[in-house]
Amino acid sequence: MEPTVTISARHVVKAFGQGSSSIRALDDVSVDIRRGEFFTLLGPSGCGKTTLLRLIAGFEAPTAGEILLDGADITRLPPNRRPVNTVFQSYALFPHLTVAENIGFGLRMQRRPAAEVKATTERMLALVKLDTLAGRRTSQLSGGQQQRVALARALAPAPKVLLLDEPLSALDLKLRKEMQIELKRLQMETGITFIFVTHDQEEALTMSDRIGVMSNGQLQQVGTPREIYTTPMNRFVAGFIGETNFLAGTAGPGAVVLQGGARVVAEHDRTGAVTLAIRPEQVRIVPAGEDGAIPARVRDLVYFGTTRIII
Amino acid sequence: MAERGFDVARLPGFASIAIAAFLALYVPILTLVLYSFNAGNSVALWQGFSLHWYGDAWNNDAVKSAAVRSLVIATCASAIATTVATMAALGTTRRRAFRGQTLIYVAINQPLMVPEIVTAVALLIVFGIVKTWTGYQGLGYLILAHSAFCVPFAYLPIRARLEGMDLSLETAAADLYATPWQAFRRVTLPLLAPGIVAGAMLAFVISLDDVVITEFVKSGGQDTLPTYMLGQMRRAITPEVNAISTALLALTVLLLTAFFLLTRKRE
Ligand SMILES: Nc1ncnc2c1ncn2[C@@H]1O[C@H](COP(=O)(O)OP(=O)(O)OP(=O)(O)O)[C@@H](O)[C@H]1O
Ligand SMILES: [Mg+2]
Repeated sequence: MEPTVTISARHVVKAFGQGSSSIRALDDVSVDIRRGEFFTLLGPSGCGKTTLLRLIAGFEAPTAGEILLDGADITRLPPNRRPVNTVFQSYALFPHLTVAENIGFGLRMQRRPAAEVKATTERMLALVKLDTLAGRRTSQLSGGQQQRVALARALAPAPKVLLLDEPLSALDLKLRKEMQIELKRLQMETGITFIFVTHDQEEALTMSDRIGVMSNGQLQQVGTPREIYTTPMNRFVAGFIGETNFLAGTAGPGAVVLQGGARVVAEHDRTGAVTLAIRPEQVRIVPAGEDGAIPARVRDLVYFGTTRIII
Repeated sequence: MAERGFDVARLPGFASIAIAAFLALYVPILTLVLYSFNAGNSVALWQGFSLHWYGDAWNNDAVKSAAVRSLVIATCASAIATTVATMAALGTTRRRAFRGQTLIYVAINQPLMVPEIVTAVALLIVFGIVKTWTGYQGLGYLILAHSAFCVPFAYLPIRARLEGMDLSLETAAADLYATPWQAFRRVTLPLLAPGIVAGAMLAFVISLDDVVITEFVKSGGQDTLPTYMLGQMRRAITPEVNAISTALLALTVLLLTAFFLLTRKRE
């Protein structure tokens, strides 16, 4: 097996309910997640992202298939014996403990020496810039601060893998942008493998090393943001990521003939009926009759406020 | 003006009914408290202020031993009932739903629904049999009986607290390397503590003022404060009974106030 793989899911199935009323939240999912990468699970609501995370964390056991960590089978291991920590969507901070006690919780449960707990807690507080709030109760913190505590708490025991289930969805846009950058920084500084769940495609594209696109309990495609965006494997991925126009046509040598008779030059290896996916930024508006142009009509103009700047 | 919603406070006669209800509740209690300070030995004729009935009660050995017995029983019974109730609450909320769960729920709360006199007679008969078998005559019967009927009073606040608790906290503890026992000890129990204390205090108060079951179950010479007072009423009533009642009332009010403060505070 390849040495750089940290988490490996093999033919994982998770069914809820029994008999005819059962639903397959995960339907034969196999994926290798590499050590130290920022891996994002992206997909519409209900596609099984949370379920996959819960299986990796050990909160639930798969119906079939297995999960490996560094090559060892952890499928039946309880969550407290997996070097995998979770940042919960609701944060799940302990309300009866202070910020510092929350962050030190994992280390204390592992019975690490008090001096180490203290030192690591302080390091984590500095890492997420909460030094001044160490003694506060978590109920006295803002949403963004709670988010940081949840992050520090999960990072403190230095897990091999950090699972993040839509950690930013409760934050407002500005804070969200800040935390995206912060998360990326933390991941690079700690070198820990991050598995990040979101249904925000922009978030996925900007933050990830690789993305796994899911729908209906299946992984549709795994690849770098660029691969996912420029060479989507199927119509679902093409439609889910970015804006796309689908045009039906017939494949011919070096081109696709659209239903209206127009001919679009395209390199491909298909024959027969195909669907052409075109990104809006690939479209250039030119005078009619120019070479390679297809006739179209401008129906409406929508003002978008700003243009996006990609850093 | 916009149409108002239904408001009971605007019904005719609402205020007078409310006042009548409060009078019916509190005038007798105020009278009782007042006459505990009566200098004379009538519970109806005011003859000046005095604390001597409190002194009399305090120096009365029968009152003292009944008071001690009441406190011993209430302490033991509330401790047992709270332990049982905590386990029952965990069993009915922290496990997967199982068949017969509603039945268990009803069974735990049985003392709230079965008339107390029925339980009293039943206990009298069963304990009678056990007494002749074992020859044991001690306070154990009373403690056991009180524990049993106090369970639901301890159970309800504990269960309410458990149900209101965010389950993801326990999941988070497990995620952070806590064994199931550590998760219970470090997360569930501290968060449950106000519920447990509230349940214990409620059970304590309920045990303290029980008459019916105690009257049936007690052996000779095992009077608690309430049954002692009941005995006194059969003879001449003196303000001594008022004094004892007032002291009990003060203790109960104290505990219940603490109970409300505890259940209300913290989120
Ligand atoms: N405990 C459960 N019992 C029954 N069905 C469940 C359970 N957990 C999840 N499911 C079902 O499994 C499917 C996948 O759920 P999951 O929570 O993994 O989706 P998700 O991708 O995380 O969605 P979202 O973006 O809305 O969080 C859903 O159809 C859901 O209804
Ligand atoms: Mg989810």
